[in-house]
This record gives sequence, C-alpha cells and structure tokens, in this order.
Amino acid sequence: MLGPVRIDPVTVSKAVLNLTGVVAYDVPSAHQTIVADVRLPRIALAAVVGFALAAAGTVMQGFFRNPLADPSIIGVSTGAAAGAVAAIAFPTVVPFSSVHVPAFIGAVGTAFLVYAIATEGGRTPVATLLLAGVAIQAFLGALISYMLVHSGENLREAVVWMMGHLHRSSWSDVTFALPVTILGVSVLCAYTREMNVLLLGEEDAHHLGVDVERTKLLLLAVASIVTAAGVAVAGVIGFVGLIVPHILRLIVGPDHRILLPTSALAGASFLVAADTIARLDSLAFPFGLEVGTPIVPVGIVTAVLGAPFFLYLLTKREVHEL
Amino acid sequence: MTETPSTDARTLEPAPIAVDSVSVSFGDISVLEDVSVTVDPGEFVGLVGPNGAGKTTLLRTISGTLEPDSGSVSVDGVDLQAVSSKASSRLVAVVPQDTTLSFSFPVADVVEMGRHPHRSRFSPPSRDDREIVEQALERTRTADFADRPIDEVSGGQRQRVVMARAIAQETPALLLDEPTASLDINHAIETLELVRELVADGRTAVAAIHDLDLAARYCDRLVMLADGGVRAVGPPSAVLTREALADAFDANATVVPNPVTGTETVTALPNAVDSAVDSHEAADRNGDRAETVRLEHDGGRETHAHVVGTGTTAAGTLARLAAADLSISAGPVTHGVVTETAARLEAETITVDPHTPLSDSQRRALEDAVGDADVTILADPVVSSGNECVLAALESASPLVVTDRQPLEGRLFAGETARARYDRLRRRALETSPETVLEAVQCVLDGDESGSDRDEAGVTPGLAESESESVRTSPNSPLSTD
Repeated sequence: MLGPVRIDPVTVSKAVLNLTGVVAYDVPSAHQTIVADVRLPRIALAAVVGFALAAAGTVMQGFFRNPLADPSIIGVSTGAAAGAVAAIAFPTVVPFSSVHVPAFIGAVGTAFLVYAIATEGGRTPVATLLLAGVAIQAFLGALISYMLVHSGENLREAVVWMMGHLHRSSWSDVTFALPVTILGVSVLCAYTREMNVLLLGEEDAHHLGVDVERTKLLLLAVASIVTAAGVAVAGVIGFVGLIVPHILRLIVGPDHRILLPTSALAGASFLVAADTIARLDSLAFPFGLEVGTPIVPVGIVTAVLGAPFFLYLLTKREVHEL
Repeated sequence: MTETPSTDARTLEPAPIAVDSVSVSFGDISVLEDVSVTVDPGEFVGLVGPNGAGKTTLLRTISGTLEPDSGSVSVDGVDLQAVSSKASSRLVAVVPQDTTLSFSFPVADVVEMGRHPHRSRFSPPSRDDREIVEQALERTRTADFADRPIDEVSGGQRQRVVMARAIAQETPALLLDEPTASLDINHAIETLELVRELVADGRTAVAAIHDLDLAARYCDRLVMLADGGVRAVGPPSAVLTREALADAFDANATVVPNPVTGTETVTALPNAVDSAVDSHEAADRNGDRAETVRLEHDGGRETHAHVVGTGTTAAGTLARLAAADLSISAGPVTHGVVTETAARLEAETITVDPHTPLSDSQRRALEDAVGDADVTILADPVVSSGNECVLAALESASPLVVTDRQPLEGRLFAGETARARYDRLRRRALETSPETVLEAVQCVLDGDESGSDRDEAGVTPGLAESESESVRTSPNSPLSTD
C-alpha cells in the first residue's frame, strides 16, 4: 500500500492471496510483481532482521551485564561490513556472487577472532572481550575506509550497504537469513534460564550449576551467528539491537524467559515499521528521484527514531542498568 | 529424601568436607599454605582470623571456584574440580559476602534460581520445586516480600534472600562467607540460628565469621587462620585462647565466658602503654606474642595483684591485669562472673557462699593474699556486716588502688563504722577506673619503689599525668598513712 507506487489495499490483499495458489484474482501484473517480489520479501526480511538483531542484542546485554552492549559490540557488524565492502569494492579480488557470504564470513570470523584474543587459560573475562572488540572494530574501521577510498565507482553501493538497507530485498535474502535466525534464536531460548542465573555474576552462576565458560561461548557464538545472518543481508542497522531490548526490559522485566522472545518479536515489528517509513514516497519524491531509489536507508530511520527515544529514556532515568 | 514429621524441612544427608594440605597463591602472593581442615558431616565449622588471613580464599577453594596449586579438596568424597558445575552445585551451596543484584528480578525468582541444578533444561518447575522454594521463603521470612524486586529490598533482607536461594539448592554442604558482616545484631543472630537449623536438617556448614563471640556461640568447632595457615582448630573454648588470639591477631585480648550465653567472649584491649618502644617487635614476632604491657617489679619478679570486688568492675579489672601479665588473685567473692573470669584467667580465688560470714581459713587466705600482693585493688566490693573483717585485712594492704564504679550506697550492708573504714581505705588509695587500672598500678608501684625516701612519696610519678588524665591521684600517697 505504502511506497513509491500506490496500490490500494484490496489489490494488495488479492496479490498476496494469489501467492497461496488457492485463488487466482485478477491483479495487474506490475502490481502483482511489486507486491509479491518487491514489497513482501522486503517486509519479511525486515521482520527477520529485526527479530535477529533484537534477540542477539538482548543476549549480549545480559551477557555483558552492560546496558550499552549491542550485537556489534564484539565486532560482528564491522566484520560483516568489512567482508561486504571488500566484495563490493573489489569484485575481482573477492569474487562472490552474493554479498551475503563474504559479509557472513567477515562477521563470524571477527567474532571468533575477538573471542580467541580475549580468552586466556580457558577463561574469557567479559571486560577483556569488550576491549578486544573495540580494538578490532577500530582496526576494521580503518580497513573499511581504505577500501572505500579505493572502491571507485562502487563507492556508492558500498556506502549504502553499510548504512543498512532493505531496498533490494529478495526472497533469496529471506531464505538466507530466516533458517539461521530461527535456529539460532531457538537455541538462545533454550538457554534463557542460564542467562538469568548469569546475571547474578559468574561466580554465583557457577555455584548454581551453570557451566559458565561453556555457556558464555555458546551464547556468544550463537548471538554472533544470528547477528551475522541479519547484518549479512541487510547491512549495518543500528539501534534495533540496543534499544528494543531496553524498552522491552522496562515493560516485561529482566527475566530472559519472557524478555528474549518478546524482544525478538518487538524487534521484528520495529524494523518493519521503520522500513515502512523509509520507503514512504513522500521521502523519496521531493528529491525528484526515480521510483525505488533508496534515498533513506532503513539504518538511518532506526537511528533517527532510536537515538532520541533512547536519550529520553536515559534522562527519565528509566535506563540505568539491566 | 523423607519428610520429617516435626518440621517442614526435608532431611538431607550431610557431607564431609576434607581439605588436605592445600596451597593457593595469586601470582607470587601465597594466600594459603599447606592448609588441612576436616569437617565432619553435620558439623558447623567457623573460620576465624584477621583480615587477609585467607578465610575467603579457603571457602572459595572448598567451593571449587579456586583450584589449589597443590593439595586436594573434596566434598562428600568428590573432587569438585573434576566434576561439572551442575554436579558440584548439587553438593555445595554458597552464600557469598556480596551478590550483584542490580536488576529487578522478583525475590521469589532469585530463590527459584537455587533449583537450577536440579532442573532439566526444558522442564518447567515441578511441584516439588515450587514447594521447596516456598519453604525456603518461609524459613528465611522472605515470603512477605517474595514479589518485590530484589534491588528494592534492604541489605539484611537481601542477605536472607540469598540464604533462601542456598536453602532451595538443597545441598548437603553449605558455605557462607561472612554471612553476618552487613547485618545488625538481631539479624546476625537470626541468620546464625538459621544456619544451625539447616545443620540440624542434615547439612554440613562452613562459615567465615569475623565476629569471634558469635563464632564461639554458634559453631561446633573453629578453625583459626592467620597468614595463610591454620593456627588452631577445635571447639571454641580451645581455639579462642589469649595465646592464640595474640598469635593470630596480634591482639591483646581476654577471653571470658559470656554471663548470658556461657560461650566465649573476646575482649580486645589496647595493645600497650609503652607499645611505641616495641613497635618493631610485632613484625619480628620472636616471642610468643607481641606488644603487651608488662609491668615488672623488684628486678623482674612477677608483679602480683589481688582484686577484691564484684561484678563486671572486678572482672574487667582482673582481665586487664592478666592481659598485662601480672599474676592475679581475687576474693573473697561469691560464685559468678568474677569467679568465672578468674578461673578462665587461672587466678587463685577465694570463693565464698552468699550471705555467709568469712570462715577463719578464708580470712587467713585473704590476709595471705593481700600480704603477698604488690598491689591490692578494690573493685566494687560489697561491704556487709558479715565480712567487715575483709576491711580489717585490707587496712594492712599497701599499696591500694580503687576502681569502683558503683556508688558505695548500693553495696553497703553494714553500719556507719564500716562506711568510715571503707572511706579511710579509699582516701589512702589511688582512685581510677577499670579501664585505666594498669596505669594506676604502674603509678603506685613506682611510688612504692621510690618510697624508700618517704618525703617524695606524696608525689606521684609522671605516668599518670602523661598517659591518662582519668587517673586521679588521691591527696595522700599510698605510703603516707599508716
């Protein structure tokens, strides 16, 4: 309904029902294509990515017992960006048919690297992990800048990718991200009790029967993979993984058994809403751009909406600790 | 596990704990050296010792948090290092000194976390789990605020919540690190009473407790640690001795039975009048203890002091004199706090029956004691018609110190003559308080030594002015009247 091309709700409904194969309404083929192959996959992808980022953010905040933690804290997003930019800027050097794969590899590889650096003698202190993440992000940031400078005509595409984008979503994006997200979040949901106990501190958690180091590794690995899946298809979309868990924590409390699933669902809704705003024609047309131009990447919308809201919560002293 | 008919508590099988020549170091700093402790099933053992003695480290080693550099630890015969966290958390519950609880879980949820070791990943809490959590809440009296967020309850309540969590864990061994540290006295007592109950239910408990009196009162045995080693092990009465306290704490302390509980009460006294001189001695520690007052007399012969008095005034005076290594005797006195203190301090005591006049032998014993004493001290003696002969015996005593706290009216049960005699004694004595009795004794003894020249006897040597303003010298020197 909303977007550069106006399609009335009835037509949209008919187009969607046509996809089921049960009915065959008469819908203009252009509209059918826009609904089925442009807008639906985009909405589906926004939902999947929002779901993944918010779930991973919830886990990371609980894991680091730090309200500023978000899925990118250990360099997952920067790693994904490095992989994606390399593939976009130097298609001959990094030959992948899709940006997903190098982005995913970059993300998971970075998380693994940070974990390996921060681990000593079988223990991974959370503070070390954070600092190692900061350092690796700075390094990768420099690498990305270097690649951007030398990316020539691919610069614009690379920058748009980095800003977070859902505008060229296809069903293949969805099929890439959905299984990983569903599987990953299911595993995370199975560990919500451990996450609760870990909030007491690692020593207490150990005394209550949580295998702390193993659980940390598992949570970190799965949260990183889930983040990587989202970032690989949609680029770096900030604030979803940061503020959605915070807001939900205010509403449903700190119990991960409830917080994790509700945060994931809220993240999905939030990103779909943000992306709907992002593709409003009123934002695109004033600039006289052609239909479908991603003048506002969704990452900008989430940041523009998220940052002030977060600051509001902060000044209301609602968000202090976990 | 079976239900006992008398209480709701479920009976557990307590586990033995064995610490065998364990050494732990952090980097280059050795914290525990060759520590061996055995805790029998169903015992409540207290770890006492000065700050930095290694109490917390020993607890953390027992709980499996720290791996010893050498030696071994087992709970119920199991090496906790070798088993999973889940297995070890079914054996040992830990009540840490402070728990990070900066998030708003309801109290009941925190207690329910104690059931974590017993639950499988996907099962919801069973009815058993819920019952155990409820009982734990009841026993710790936290049920009233079970729905309140943990970060909104007071420190004492929070401590009880953590206790409830440990109870819900249903382990045969319980470790507590300073469970009473942040609690006021009634909550401290409540907490330790609860630990005793839990031990009675079938748990073995080990607790680091810095309050020696509470440790003596509630623990079956104490382990005194100092400098990373075990200094003494045994029942409180055997561990809390003056010598052990001096050794472990560098403290000049007296240990007497508490008149109410009957268990050991430790009172630390200022280390020394002349401690500055020997300040390095503490570091060397070549003697059996450091820095205590030693009053010497007659070229090194032990000074003997005899105390006539009642109640805490006399007991406190005796304790201070003993702490300064004086040989002491006491009496006549009826059975009570003074005789108990004297017995603890191994002082010879003339014990009499209440309301009975002194027998001839008792009277002779008193005369001998006063005659032998280098100084005689009055500490709230009761003056009655039956024991006026005591006053007569004291008239020959010299020198004399008075540490009375109670007015004479309350303890005078004799005629005006007795009052006059007592006043006469008081006039020629050096009057002070139990707290400053040592300075006064020093003072009168110095006066006695210089007393060969009787003209100067009226001048009390400098200690009194410089060391303690509360020492009031009587106008008459100890030796000027007779």
